[in-house]
Amino acid sequence: MFRLSSRLPFRTARSLVLAASLAASPALAAGAPVPDVSGARHLVSIGGSVTEIIYALGAEDRLVARDTTSLFPPAAQALPDVGYIRALSPEGVLSTGPDAILTLEGSGPPEALEVLRQAGVPIVTVPEDYSGEGVLRKVEIVGQALGLADKAADLSASLRDALARAEEQAATRESDLKVLFVLSLSGGNVMAAGEHTAAAGIMKLAHLTNAVSGFGGYKPLTPEAITEAAPDVILMMSNSGDHAASRETVLAHPVLGLTPAARNNRILALDGLYLLGFGPRTAEAADELSRTVAEWAAEEAGQ
Amino acid sequence: MSLASLSAEDAGDTPAASSRAGHAGAGDRRRRARLVLLALAGLLVVVALASLSIGAVGVTLGDYLHARLFGGEIPLRDRLVIEVIRLPRMVLGMLVGAGLAVAGAVMQGLFRNPLADPGLIGVSAGSSLGVAAFIVLGSTVLSPVSALLGFHAVPLAAFAGGLAATFCLYRLGQSQGQTSIATLLLAGIALSAIVFACVGVLIFMADDQQIRDLNFWQLGSLAGATWEKTLAAAPLILASLAGARLMAGGLNALFLGEAAAGHMGLDVERLKTAAIFCVAGAVGASVAVAGGIGFVGIVVPHLLRLLMGPDHRYLLPGCALLGASLLLVADTVARVLVAPAELPIGIVMALVGGPFFLWILLRRKGLIAGV
Repeated sequence: MFRLSSRLPFRTARSLVLAASLAASPALAAGAPVPDVSGARHLVSIGGSVTEIIYALGAEDRLVARDTTSLFPPAAQALPDVGYIRALSPEGVLSTGPDAILTLEGSGPPEALEVLRQAGVPIVTVPEDYSGEGVLRKVEIVGQALGLADKAADLSASLRDALARAEEQAATRESDLKVLFVLSLSGGNVMAAGEHTAAAGIMKLAHLTNAVSGFGGYKPLTPEAITEAAPDVILMMSNSGDHAASRETVLAHPVLGLTPAARNNRILALDGLYLLGFGPRTAEAADELSRTVAEWAAEEAGQ
Repeated sequence: MSLASLSAEDAGDTPAASSRAGHAGAGDRRRRARLVLLALAGLLVVVALASLSIGAVGVTLGDYLHARLFGGEIPLRDRLVIEVIRLPRMVLGMLVGAGLAVAGAVMQGLFRNPLADPGLIGVSAGSSLGVAAFIVLGSTVLSPVSALLGFHAVPLAAFAGGLAATFCLYRLGQSQGQTSIATLLLAGIALSAIVFACVGVLIFMADDQQIRDLNFWQLGSLAGATWEKTLAAAPLILASLAGARLMAGGLNALFLGEAAAGHMGLDVERLKTAAIFCVAGAVGASVAVAGGIGFVGIVVPHLLRLLMGPDHRYLLPGCALLGASLLLVADTVARVLVAPAELPIGIVMALVGGPFFLWILLRRKGLIAGV
C-alpha cells in the first residue's frame, strides 16, 4: 500500500512533464524546409527507424542501400550495408548510386555528409526525438520528402491511434513498478539508462518509472546504487533474439541477482531497434512493455 | 625479455651494422641508399595512381583522364568521385603517412632508441584530450567555440591539444637550459597518464553516440578527407618534413651521444627543441585530420634502417616516401575490403603493421628457422 501511495503524486508530475515535452517537440523539429526528393528512385536510408518508415510507407522498392543499424524488417538486411550510421564513407555511399539520402539526425561524420552534398546528392535529415510525437514527425518528414504525404498521413494517423491506445492502456495500470534499463553487463559492470535516453523515452510512453534518476545518458552504476534502487523490473535489449541468455546473465550477476526483479524473475529482454528505435513499431513496443509490467504488477498486488 | 635489454641490444646493433657497411665502402652504401630512395619514389607513384583508381565506385583514373584529356564521356558523379573524394584523400594520405613516419624517425634519432614513438612526447595524448573535450562538451560547455568553428573544431582541438601537451612536457624536461631526455621520457609517461585520466572523465560523462564517435576517431580514418582539410594540414606537415631534413646531419651526430655531438660543434639544445616541435607539428596535424593511426612511425623507419642503414640524410626522405606509400595502401584496403562500408584505417595499419613488425624482429633474432 505504501508503495502505491508514494508513487501517485509522482505520476501526476511525470504526466505534466510528458505533456510539456510533447507540446515542445513539434516546435523544435519544425525548422528547415524538407527537401523534396520525390523523384528519387535510388534511396540510401541511414538510421534504423528511417528505414522502417520507408518500408511502412511501401517505398522499399526505391531503396538501394542502408546503414548497419537498419535491421528491420529482415528484408532490409539484404540491402548493401554502407557502414555504421556515424562512420559513413562518402565513396562507399556513392558507389551504391543514390539520387537521394535519408539520414536520421546524428548521422555522420559531418565531413562525409558534406562531401556527399558536394557530389550533388540531396540529403534529407530526419530529426530524432524519443517521444510519440517524435515518431509521427519522422513519418511526416519521410513522407513529405518522398512525395508520399498522403500515405504518411494515413500511417501517422494510425500510429497516433496506436500510441494513444498504448498510453491509455498504460494509464489504467493500477500499481506501478520501478524499471531499470540495463544497456550492457560487460565485465559485470551495469550500464543503466538515465534521463534523456531512448530507454527513458519508451518508459515514459509506457507510464513506467525509471528506477534510477539524477543522471543523463547511459552510465555505469555502483553496486550499492543498484541495491538502493531496488528495481522491480529489469529491461534489456536481447542479443540477436536470445532472450534466455540475457535472463541468465542477470540472474547470475552478483548484485542484479539480488534485486526484486531477479528474485521474481521479472526480466524483460526485447529487440533493441523495436524497443528503442522510435519508429513505426514504438507504439507496439510501449504497449508490450506496459502490458507485461501490468501483469507483473497484478501478480504483485495478488501476493 | 625486458624492454630495457631489448633497446640496449638494438642500440648496440647499429654501430655493428655500420662497421659492416663501413668495410664495404661508404660510396657503396650511398649508392645503395640512393637506389632504395629511387625505388621508393617509384613505389609511391604506383601506389598513388592505384589509390586513385581503386574504390567502391567503379571509376578508374584511366576513365577520368580519358574523359578530361580527350573529351570522352564521364558521368558527373564519377568525375566528382575522383576530384572531390579520391584526390584529396590521396594527397592527405601521403602527407599523413610521410609526416608520421618521419616524426617516428626523428624521435628515434633524438632518443637514440629505435622503439621511441611520437607518442612519447605527449602529442597523441594531448590530441586525444582535445578531441574528447570537443566531442563530449562541444554541444554544452564549449558550444560557443564549436558554433564558431563548425566541424573544424575537432581537428583544431586535436592539434591544439597535441601542441599544448608537447609544450608542457618540453618545459618539464628542461632544467637550467638543458633538456634531459630521461626526464622527458618519464615525465611523458606521467603526463600521458594524467591526460588519459581526463579523457576517462570525459568518456564517463559522454553519451552513447559520443563514445562511439570517440572510438571511431581513435581508430583513425581518412574518410573525412576534403580539399579544405588537406590544404589546412599540408603547410604544417610539409614544414615539419623540411625541418626534419635540415636536422639530418645533427641527428647523425647525436648518434654518438650528446657530449660527443656537442664537441663536434653541434648546438644540441637547439636541435632537441627543433626536433620536438617538428615532431609535434607533423603528428599534431596528422592526428588532427586522420585520427589515431599507429605503427607507421615505428615500422617504416625500422624497415628502412635495415635496407639503407642509419644515415638520416637518406633515412628521412626514405621514411617520407615509404610512410606515404604504406598509408595509401592501408587506406585503399580499408575502403574496399568491406565496401560500401569502410574499416577504420588504424585497424588495417595495426593488423598489417603488427605482424610485419614481429616478423622483422624475429628474423633479426634468428628465431625463424631457415632465415
